[in-house]
Amino acid sequence: MAYLEMSRLALKWAMKRPPTTRYPFRPRHPIAGSRGQLDLDRATCVYCTACAKKCPTGALFVNRPNKKLAIDRLRCISCGYCVEICPKGSLKLTTSHGTPAITRDREF
Amino acid sequence: MTGEANIEIITADVLLGKVRALRDQGYRLVQIGAARLPDSMELTYSFDRENHLANLRLHLPLPEPRVPSISSIYKCVLLYENEIHDQFGIQVEGMAVNFHGNLYKTAIKHPFASLKAPRASPGTQPKPVGPPKTATT
Amino acid sequence: MPRTIIPFGPQHPVLPEPVHLDLIVEDEKVVEARPSIGFIHRGLEKLVEKKDYVEFVYVAERICGICSFIHGQTYCQAVESLMNVAVPPRALYLRTVWGELSRIHSHLLWLGLMADAMGFESLFMHSWRVREKVLKVVEATAGGRVIFGSCKIGGVRRDIDAQTISQTITELDSIEADIAEITKVFINDRSVKARLRGVGVLSRAEAYDLGCVGPTLRASGVAQDMRSLGYAAFKDLDLTPVTRTEGDSYARCAVRCDELLQSVRLIRQALAKIPGGEVAVKVTGNPNGEIIARTEQPRGEVVYYVKANGTKNLQRFRIRTPTFANLPAMLHLLQGCDLADVPVLLLTIDPCISCTER
Repeated sequence: MAYLEMSRLALKWAMKRPPTTRYPFRPRHPIAGSRGQLDLDRATCVYCTACAKKCPTGALFVNRPNKKLAIDRLRCISCGYCVEICPKGSLKLTTSHGTPAITRDREF
Repeated sequence: MTGEANIEIITADVLLGKVRALRDQGYRLVQIGAARLPDSMELTYSFDRENHLANLRLHLPLPEPRVPSISSIYKCVLLYENEIHDQFGIQVEGMAVNFHGNLYKTAIKHPFASLKAPRASPGTQPKPVGPPKTATT
Repeated sequence: MPRTIIPFGPQHPVLPEPVHLDLIVEDEKVVEARPSIGFIHRGLEKLVEKKDYVEFVYVAERICGICSFIHGQTYCQAVESLMNVAVPPRALYLRTVWGELSRIHSHLLWLGLMADAMGFESLFMHSWRVREKVLKVVEATAGGRVIFGSCKIGGVRRDIDAQTISQTITELDSIEADIAEITKVFINDRSVKARLRGVGVLSRAEAYDLGCVGPTLRASGVAQDMRSLGYAAFKDLDLTPVTRTEGDSYARCAVRCDELLQSVRLIRQALAKIPGGEVAVKVTGNPNGEIIARTEQPRGEVVYYVKANGTKNLQRFRIRTPTFANLPAMLHLLQGCDLADVPVLLLTIDPCISCTER
């Protein structure tokens, strides 16, 4: 009774496959609906600056006269506020984690 | 989720008597909170018994707000009173356990005492990063 | 007898968050413990002056990583009752479900840390393996694993459709089986009992006087649970606080193990009764007045004091987190204990220092 509980658990899991996935040697199956990296579709953007105003961390920069849209990847917290407010639906949150950002430069 | 806070406004000299009365009725201490108003420092003491909240409110005059400690009645106020001293600069007289300002280690003393947010010192601003010098990717 | 001062923390393998203690030790018995906090003080209460009250939900959620959802929920509740917003019932049920999932993941995290503090590392890994299942459920329903990001003023941001609800209920069955398996080890194992029984006893009167809240208070026999105030959907669910009477670390561990199973039952009840309808209402205007909101976090009662003056920034925002109320109890328990029991006593109140020092 006293030692049997843990031995039972340990033996059971010694026989089973590990619950972890050997990523990156095995493929990753992301969960649908998970909030990952922001995807910008510049073709449909009308530069209304609503997303830049709503972003709580100030990660989006919209330059209306020059028609430029930029994002600071290190500031984005994937909250999805910009996705909700965009009138044209040009912003989407994908399920991938994205490539790591190594500089603080904005991505144009 | 109790909203309608029944707040009793009192002065600092009757504080100990009121707190002792609440203690005798079986109330436990919930929180001591301070807020900086434009012309005074406001302290709110909250007590609870069986999900019923009772609050006491004091207004302390600036520039040197002082209040007596209730640690003789409730032993557990040490963290609250040291915190309001470290963050707001309120002098609490007669604390049983007194850390003399060493509980919170902050770069600026009494950071919440002023109405405006304290400005960060120049050395803490991040420097703008230029383009990377060698292409690594 | 000569005294030694042993500095404990801020970096220590058993501590989930940095806190510094100076332990004054006389030949392996701790005579006094002097705390020193402030390593994770971010001044979040002052940030209300810069972020408006709608954006502040994001800051409130990020006060702590373990109890993040209930911080966001309490903030929304406080502002909503200040502005007299009627939150739709479906949103209340969804918040309850996510709140209980958050409680399950927090208790499983604590069980793992407690096992690690005793040196029982394989049990630590098993507890966190079960926690992974819970986090997958949260990610499928809310979008994020740790920071749920699903509360907003006026309701919730996402809905859970019927198919996901049935998948969640199926997943809950396997989670419940796993929880039953590991809690049996915590309750029955001989080495766990040897480390936890009789260590850090708090009598009922002491626990009440020291201002303890949450499982620390319930393990000493006081049946106090803020969920009985009836916020969110708790007024429609039946709930009795889980209590024990011994008041030692074993009782606190057993209370949390029982609360895990209680939370699973609550989620099942809520998902069975969830009404249809919209999930958010539009909120306009600015809050005015002051209010105190209280909810039950995994560690105890959290108190939010919100004061607004009609502008879009709040005037004052004060949180009293449960660890703040439990810390004097921890300091009291540390007096007179053995040096080897210090990690167990530190973790027995479930310290969340980033909540304490927002």
